[in-house]
Amino acid sequence: MSLYRQVTEKPWNQVGLPDGIEARPTFQVPDQKVALVLFVIVACVLFSLLTVSYYLRIAWGAGDWVPVSEPATLWINTGVLVACSAVFQWSVIQARRQEAIRLTSMAGLLFVAGGLLTLVFIAGQYTAWQTLIGGGYTLQSNPANAFFYLLTGVHILHLAGGLWVWTKALFNMRSGANPGDSRLSIELCTWYWHFLLLVWFGLFYVLSTT
Amino acid sequence: MAYVPLADQDDPHALHDPHSFITKYVWSQDHKVIAIQYGGTAIFVGLIALGLSILMRLQLGFPDSISWIDPAFYYQAVTMHGMIMVVYLLTALFLGGFGNYLIPLMCGTRDMVFPFLNMLSFWFYLLSVIILLASFFVTGGPAGAGWTLYAPQSITAGTPGSGGGMLLMLISLAVFIVAFTMGGLNYVTTILQARTRGMTLMRMPLSIWGIFTATVLGLFAFPALLVSAIMLGFDLVLGTSFFMPAMMQLGEQSTQDGGSPILFQHLFWFFGHPEVYIVALPAFGLVSDVIATHARKNIFGYRMMVWAIIAIGGLSFLVWAHHMYVSGMNPYFGFFFATTTLIIAVPTALKVYNWVLTLWQGNIRLNTPMLFAIGFIFTFVHGGLTGLFLGNVIIDVPLADTYFVVAHFHMVMGVSPVLVLYAALYHWYPKMTGRMYNETMGKVHFWCTFLGTYAIYLPMHYLGFLGVPRRYYEMGNTDFVPATAQALNANITIAAIFVATAQVLFFINIFMSLRKEKDAGGNPWGATTLEWQTPDTPPKHGNWGPELPTVYRWAYDYSVPGAKQDFIPQNEPGEEYEKTFHTRGHS
Repeated sequence: MSLYRQVTEKPWNQVGLPDGIEARPTFQVPDQKVALVLFVIVACVLFSLLTVSYYLRIAWGAGDWVPVSEPATLWINTGVLVACSAVFQWSVIQARRQEAIRLTSMAGLLFVAGGLLTLVFIAGQYTAWQTLIGGGYTLQSNPANAFFYLLTGVHILHLAGGLWVWTKALFNMRSGANPGDSRLSIELCTWYWHFLLLVWFGLFYVLSTT
Repeated sequence: MAYVPLADQDDPHALHDPHSFITKYVWSQDHKVIAIQYGGTAIFVGLIALGLSILMRLQLGFPDSISWIDPAFYYQAVTMHGMIMVVYLLTALFLGGFGNYLIPLMCGTRDMVFPFLNMLSFWFYLLSVIILLASFFVTGGPAGAGWTLYAPQSITAGTPGSGGGMLLMLISLAVFIVAFTMGGLNYVTTILQARTRGMTLMRMPLSIWGIFTATVLGLFAFPALLVSAIMLGFDLVLGTSFFMPAMMQLGEQSTQDGGSPILFQHLFWFFGHPEVYIVALPAFGLVSDVIATHARKNIFGYRMMVWAIIAIGGLSFLVWAHHMYVSGMNPYFGFFFATTTLIIAVPTALKVYNWVLTLWQGNIRLNTPMLFAIGFIFTFVHGGLTGLFLGNVIIDVPLADTYFVVAHFHMVMGVSPVLVLYAALYHWYPKMTGRMYNETMGKVHFWCTFLGTYAIYLPMHYLGFLGVPRRYYEMGNTDFVPATAQALNANITIAAIFVATAQVLFFINIFMSLRKEKDAGGNPWGATTLEWQTPDTPPKHGNWGPELPTVYRWAYDYSVPGAKQDFIPQNEPGEEYEKTFHTRGHS
């Protein structure tokens, strides 16, 4: 039954069990997936507001905006993050083929590799910060710099949150969680990393065009 | 381990039934315990905010009668009163308290879908409260720039609490938002995914619709507060200039310059206006159920009520700049926001009509929850109508920053939600405790609160017309304000002290009734919704005993013609309908 039909029915007319005897969730997916999608929407709102603030600060500020010249490291970091997503996606594909999912299996190893590559990305972002600070682009000296650190920082915090869940999933896999749960963990982590890759594309575009 | 088919396994909730005091009442993952923890904490900070308001009123009604209320303390009291009441009391009590208690019970589930996250949500909330209260004890005291925390005022030296107090306020807000997000994801997922069989979306009680929509609003609106809090914190601690314009301080040019204070206002109100509805929508929902139950009538226009809740929720994101008419905005911009503000009155008025029409020819029982609910209709209509005045730019400009505004928003989002809170607390008290409260004491409490709040806020409208400015510590040389205004102010203060004192009745009532009053039974009101049909009262861990309830009908089958009783519970199959999908003849 479509959502539209559900909210337009006349409940006072109906007595009995419209859907048969089974309880039916609104969306036929695991609860964790619903929660993740909700969280992704909330994070989208957060990043959108940050981006809007970015442009409004340019428009409404006192004309003191001096664009940052982005270090070339960012391109390498982007490549690393793309690799993260690709490895995670590969891990999902492997997990669907495997009966049991262990850390030492192909899916498990790829899952571990995805998380480690994320750490490389974070280290790369830190290097970019160091380059900027070395070049005199400090946090206080210009709002463009402040926004650069703020936006990249909030993005890293989201990755760190993902890594926390990733760590929990690793421990569960090690202690032999059932394959369905592990498959779901891998899939949800992958979705989240894809989302953060898209966010990064957006942020990188915004940062480098202004 | 031998393989056991899923159907033959023991109920997982029975296995995890907590036994020790710590897991049962402190680190509890049971939604009912978490709800009471949330509610207790919220009411506790609410009492602090109530105390602060009395101190403010003493200064306004009887200037300089208490020597230690200096201007700095006055502004800090104003700020903390506002922030605590809006965020830490109302948001937390409606969503963390009633949301937690009612969602699983009304939807027929054993608990939230993520109980651990739910527990974490409460402890983060408690942490945010502790951080906020800690700001009373730092050098310079708590933040004192008004609850709107407008930059650059709020973080400029010279404003009370602009250093440590402000920093703690921002950290506390950030922690609160994390807590809310954890709770909110849980409430929404539970309502969407875990409803028991037969509980279609349109069979949900309006309480759930209100809580659900408000939670979604919160999830979308709180990020704006988080963004403004983070950026303001950067400006305060790290010396960036997101919001800080060039300023002269003590004859010296500040190091920060170029920032946009208006940007802060937009971000703040993009959160701030939906926040009004985060508080109002659960109140709308709860009051609908209280009115239908005690009027023994189905809610008038259930579908319209649901759609109105959703429409108000959507529109609430398009009206924020009506808080900023005097910030020097483009007139066309103001025109747009005035228009959206008036449009939002349409679904809101629809709800008011439907409450009144539910009462029409109902078999009304004027007990305490019902009195509070009817009182809410009065105060809400009153506050809503003054909102129409203030929503128009041309009327708002002269009335901005006067007591008219104070009267308006206290009526519409202070008194009204609090009356609903009392209605709901009295209404669900028998379910939460298994005891009946003292009816006489409850009624006295209602009349003192209802008439008392009118004695406070009605005169404030006239103070506003006289041009008495809000946020002033004392009047000074304001010749245009007649001397009689002071007499009015003194009366308001006396009324405020009276109302605050009357709240003691509530606490005496709920604590005394725990011991003395008679057993309430499982369903003292003859209500239809699922929470009144639990096998135990108060409901035990897991709520429903061995089997989950099945829902056969909507939540408002009161006084159905031909039925044996004047209510039919949602889980009552009904003889003629037995397990088939049946359409009644009339529509």
